[in-house]
Amino acid sequence: MKFIKNIFFIIIAVPLVFSVNANAAKTDLTVGLQLEPPHLDPTGAAAGAIDQVLYSNVFEGLTRFASDGSIIPGLAKSWDVSSDGTTYIFHLNKGVKYHDGSDMDAKDVKFSLDRARAEDTTNAQKALFAGITNVEVIDHHKVEVTLDKPNGNFLFNLAWGDAVIVSEDSIENIKQNPVGTGAYVFDKWVQGDRIELKKNSDYWGTPAKLDRATFKFISDPSAAFASMMAEDVDVFKSFPAPENLVQFEADARFNVLIGSNEGETILSTNNKMEPFNNLKVRKALAHAIDRQAIIDGAMFGYGTPIGTHFAPHHPAYVDLTGQSNYDPALSKKLLAEAGFPDGFTTTLKLPPPAYARKGGEIIASQLREVGINVEISNLEWAQWLEEVFRGKDYGLTIVSHTEPFDIGIYARPEYYFQYDSKEFQKVMDNLTAETNPVQRTSLMKDAQKIIADDYVNGYLFQRAQLSVVNSKVVGMWENSPTQATDLTSVYWQN
Amino acid sequence: MFEYFIRRIITLFLTLVIASIVIFVSLEIIPGDPASYMLGINAQEDTILALRKELGLDVPKIERYLMWVKGMLIGDFGVSYTYRSPVIEMVSERLWVSLPLAIYALILSTFIALPVGVYAAANRGKVSDLSVMGVTQIGIAIPNFWFAMLLVYLFAIILRWFSAGGFPGWETGIFFGLKSLTLPAISLALPQASILARVMRSSLIDTLNEDFIKTARAKGLSYNQALVSHGIRNALIPVLTIIGLQFSFLMAGAIIIENVFFLPGLGRLIFQSIAQRDIIVVESVIMLLVFSVVVVTFIVDIAYVIVDPRLRSSIL
Repeated sequence: MKFIKNIFFIIIAVPLVFSVNANAAKTDLTVGLQLEPPHLDPTGAAAGAIDQVLYSNVFEGLTRFASDGSIIPGLAKSWDVSSDGTTYIFHLNKGVKYHDGSDMDAKDVKFSLDRARAEDTTNAQKALFAGITNVEVIDHHKVEVTLDKPNGNFLFNLAWGDAVIVSEDSIENIKQNPVGTGAYVFDKWVQGDRIELKKNSDYWGTPAKLDRATFKFISDPSAAFASMMAEDVDVFKSFPAPENLVQFEADARFNVLIGSNEGETILSTNNKMEPFNNLKVRKALAHAIDRQAIIDGAMFGYGTPIGTHFAPHHPAYVDLTGQSNYDPALSKKLLAEAGFPDGFTTTLKLPPPAYARKGGEIIASQLREVGINVEISNLEWAQWLEEVFRGKDYGLTIVSHTEPFDIGIYARPEYYFQYDSKEFQKVMDNLTAETNPVQRTSLMKDAQKIIADDYVNGYLFQRAQLSVVNSKVVGMWENSPTQATDLTSVYWQN
Repeated sequence: MFEYFIRRIITLFLTLVIASIVIFVSLEIIPGDPASYMLGINAQEDTILALRKELGLDVPKIERYLMWVKGMLIGDFGVSYTYRSPVIEMVSERLWVSLPLAIYALILSTFIALPVGVYAAANRGKVSDLSVMGVTQIGIAIPNFWFAMLLVYLFAIILRWFSAGGFPGWETGIFFGLKSLTLPAISLALPQASILARVMRSSLIDTLNEDFIKTARAKGLSYNQALVSHGIRNALIPVLTIIGLQFSFLMAGAIIIENVFFLPGLGRLIFQSIAQRDIIVVESVIMLLVFSVVVVTFIVDIAYVIVDPRLRSSIL
C-alpha cells in the first residue's frame, strides 16, 4: 500500500509542486542559442558564441555597446583625449571587484591591452589594438593609452568582446573558469548542454534583476522550435528556423523580435582571378542578381537589400542598391563587352549556414540566366576556411560578415577577396585618423561609394536579427550591434 | 593453447597499431585547421600561426603521431584543441548520458521485441502474425529522427508531459534523468525492436523445424509447450548476437537522436569535434571505441576456445 502511495506521490504531487512554482514570479531565465562556445575566453577566439554568453554579463570592457549600437562608458566612467588625439586617459570606476573578490584597477587594464596586442597574441581581432604604442598606469584608477596616430574608432574598438578587461591572476584558467567583473558570475558549464550564470550580488553598477540565467545549446532548427513551443526555453536568440516565425507570431505566449544585426551577406568574389579581375564582369554579376528573390527564397523575407558593404541602420549608410539593380539584359550586355558573350564557368563554394546554401542555389539559377554557369560545392566551415579564406582557391562564395563596422576589410589586399585599391585604402586611413564626426560621416560615405563603384563583391542583403521571446520577458535587445545577449536589464513581468 | 593465446595477443596489438595509423592519417588529410576555425574570418595570418604553435600543431606530423601514441600508452588521450580540457574527462562526462541511453533503449527494445517475436512465431501465418510483420516493417521503414519529432510534438508540445529535450544531469535525481531520456530511448528502440522481433520470430520458426522439437512433440508436448520449454532457449543465440551489435550501434550511432533532443552525448561530441577540426578528440574517441571492440572480440575468441572443445582441437 505504501508503495502505491509513493507512486501516487510521484505521478500526481511532483508535477503539482512544479506547476505551483511556475506561477510564482520567475527570477531565472533560460536562453537558447544555436552554437556552443568552444571555450570561455572572449579574448582568445573569434567564436561569436563566446560573446553571446559572456559579453557584458560576465566580462566588461572599458567601453561597451548599448542596445542601439552607440558606445557608452563601461569600466571607464570617463576619459580625456589629448588635443592631437593620440593620448587617452581613462578614469576607471571605483569599487569594481572581480568575481573572485579581488579589485579591478589600472594594472589590469594595462595587462589586458598589452596581452591583446602582444606579438604572439592569439586574439582574433589583433587589428583592433594595432595603433597602441604604450599603456601606462598613472594611479589605481587612471590609465593612459598612447596611440601612434589619432584613431577615430578607438573607443568603438575597446567596446568589442575581444577587448574586455581580464585579471592576470585568473587568466590561466579563463578558458574553463572565466572570472570577470560583470553583473553575472559564471557558475558552471556542462559541455555539450548548457552554461549557467548566477547573479553577482557585489556588482559595482546596477545589479541584475534575474537570479540565474542558463544558456542552452540547441543546434538543430526543429529542436529549437520544439524547445520554444514546449517552453523549455524562454528566449531563443538568433532563431534558426525563420519559416516557423509565423507560428510564434500567432501564439500569444511569445513575442517575435525582428531587429537589425551586423551581418552583411555578400557574394564574395575572387578579385584577382580571371575573369573577375575585370570590372565589367563584376558589374555584370551585380546586375544579374535579384536580391529580393534571394531574401524571399532563402531568408523567408527577413533581410534588407544592400548595394555596398555597410549596415543600413548605420547613420552614415548610403543606399546604393540602385547601382546594382536587377537587370539581366544589362548584365548580358556587359558580359559581351567584357569578351564573354556566351558566359563562362566558375565555382561557387558554399559554407554550411542556410543563407549560403539556400541563397547559393537561387544565385546559381539567376546567374545561369545570363550565361554564367556555376559549379556549386558545399563545404564545411573548416574546409571553407582552408580552401576559400586562406587558400583563396575559389571563384565565388557566399558569406555573412558579422563584425560591426567591418568595411575596413576592403583595405586589406591580402584578404580573401583580394581587392587592392589605393584610393580606398587612402580613404580608410583618413577615416581612422579623423575624429571629427561630420568629416567621419563624409569619409564613410566615400568608402561605401568606392567599393560599390568597383563592384568588389555582389552585395546581397543585411540579415535580420530574429529572436523569439516569451511574452512575459522584458528587456531583451531587439537589435544586435555586437554578438551579445545582454541580460543585465532583463526581467520577468508578473 | 598458450601459443594460440600469444598469437591472439600479437594480432590484438597489430590491429591497434594499424587502427591508430589509419585513424591518424585519414583525419590528418581532411582539409581544415582547428586554429583558423577558432579565429574566424577577421584573423590575421600571424595570429593563426601563433595559435597553431600554442596548440602544438606546428610540430611535424610523425612526431605528433608518436606523441599521441605514447600518451595513450600511459592513459593520456590528449587535450582538446578547442575546449582545452582533457579528452578523457570529456568522454567520461558524455558517457554518463550515452551509456544509460543505450542501455535504456536496449532494455525497451528487448522487452518489446522478444514477446512480440515469440507471439508471432507461435501464431505463424495467422492474422496476428501478419499484422506483427506489417507493424515491424513500418517500424524499420520509419526514420527514427522523424519518429522522434512526432514524439516531441505529441508529448512535449501538445501534452506537455515531457521536455522537448535536454538533459538536466543525474544530480537532479534519477527520476528526472530517466524522464529526459525516455523519449530519446523510445525513438532509438522502435527500429531496433522491429528488427529484433523479426529476428526472434524467424529464428524461433527455424528452431521449431529442428529434430529435437519434433522429438519433444513426439514425447507428447503440445506445440506451445515445446516452443516455450525447448524452442525459445535455442532460438536466442542469433537474437543475442543482434543485441550485441545493436548495443555498439546505440553507443556511438545515436548522433541524430542526440541532435533532435539536444542531449550532450558521445555522438554529438564526435560530430561537433569533426566540424571544429578538433582532431585530437575525434582520434582519441575513435581509438577508444576501436580498443573496446578489439578487446571484447579478443575476450570472446578466448572464451569460445575455453568453452567449446571442438574449437580447441581445431587450432592446436
